[in-house]
Amino acid sequence: MKKTIMFFAALTVCLVALHGARVAAEEPTITGDVLATIQLLVPQDPQAKNYLGLTEEGSFALSQIKAQVVMIEIFNMYCNNCQREAPRVNELYQLMNKDPKLKGKIKMIGIGVGNTPLEVDVFKKTYKVAFPLFPDADYAIHKICGEVRTPYFIGVKIKTDGSLRVFYTKEGGFQDPAQFLKIIVALSGL
Amino acid sequence: MLQRKRIYGELAIGAIAAMCLVTMAYGGSATLKENVYDVGALKPIDSVPKLQVGDKAPEFTLPAVGGGKIPLSQYRGKKNVVISFVPAAWTPVCSEQWPGYNIAKPIFDQYDAQLIGITVDNVPTLYAWTHQMGGLWFPALSDFWPHGAVADQYGILRSDGTSERALFVIDKMGIIRYIDVHDINKRPPLDDLVRELEKLKK
Repeated sequence: MKKTIMFFAALTVCLVALHGARVAAEEPTITGDVLATIQLLVPQDPQAKNYLGLTEEGSFALSQIKAQVVMIEIFNMYCNNCQREAPRVNELYQLMNKDPKLKGKIKMIGIGVGNTPLEVDVFKKTYKVAFPLFPDADYAIHKICGEVRTPYFIGVKIKTDGSLRVFYTKEGGFQDPAQFLKIIVALSGL
Repeated sequence: MLQRKRIYGELAIGAIAAMCLVTMAYGGSATLKENVYDVGALKPIDSVPKLQVGDKAPEFTLPAVGGGKIPLSQYRGKKNVVISFVPAAWTPVCSEQWPGYNIAKPIFDQYDAQLIGITVDNVPTLYAWTHQMGGLWFPALSDFWPHGAVADQYGILRSDGTSERALFVIDKMGIIRYIDVHDINKRPPLDDLVRELEKLKK
């Protein structure tokens, strides 16, 4: 009896300890979070710079994007699922731009985690991605976002104080871009 | 004293059982999607080099996923060759590396280079794995039998029978121009390969 109690006591202690360690190691960004400041390099491409409403050179904070809502796609050029999802993500971007009620209010960017500028460029050219993509070669942004699996979508609202309130997150792809956009619009309150 | 030993022994058994349970609970679902097996962190390099830049690339003929056998010599005088050895099918880093190369064909074409992928897996395993990637534009070759013989020739067979994550750039004359035996846990950046292919043009 004593043996059994000891066994289960040890089992419980280890399970709790290991579960705690896992939670501490992986905390994906979720709805309701305030996203920490993300600094990105101002795109060289004038079209991308204009789309984001940036006027300065150098780096910019995500909250400086001229929009009320920003959809962030966390992707990886090497990720098979991100490649498969690319046409649907492009369609989502087109739908955002087509809708006169949304135009200018919602913008989209992609962050290529673990990708160099060259690798991001290969992805951009292969899938003819029209929205701005940024490399995150050292996984710094990936860490801020809680080391999420790719593709991962984060919807943030830019508050008047410049903070970024996460109103939506989704791991993996979406089947229907129009339906996905509807959800984003509804949850963001646009 | 004996009593204390027994208690420690029971605690150890309990701890091992707990670890097994945790591995099953998390390893099988949350962190491992789409049949990719998490191998954990491995010894970065576990082989002794046999080749160096400037050596003639050892000849080989291996069965391809698409059927038939491909000899390295078929590219001699026609194409530069990049050989990408990856440790094993269905493992985390490898399951990304080739899909990345799969969308970088224009880069290989730009440098008149043929990419060849090699693993020590057998053809059916390689078939299932590359099929799940949606197919590849470059040949995937099986170095399964005699097990890892080509990996061994190239000095990259690890002690557990897998190969290193290694890149070899071979020019049209069949001479090795670049070797990257990479940390098995990390993916080599495409930039390194592009830089080395660029050198071939000079």
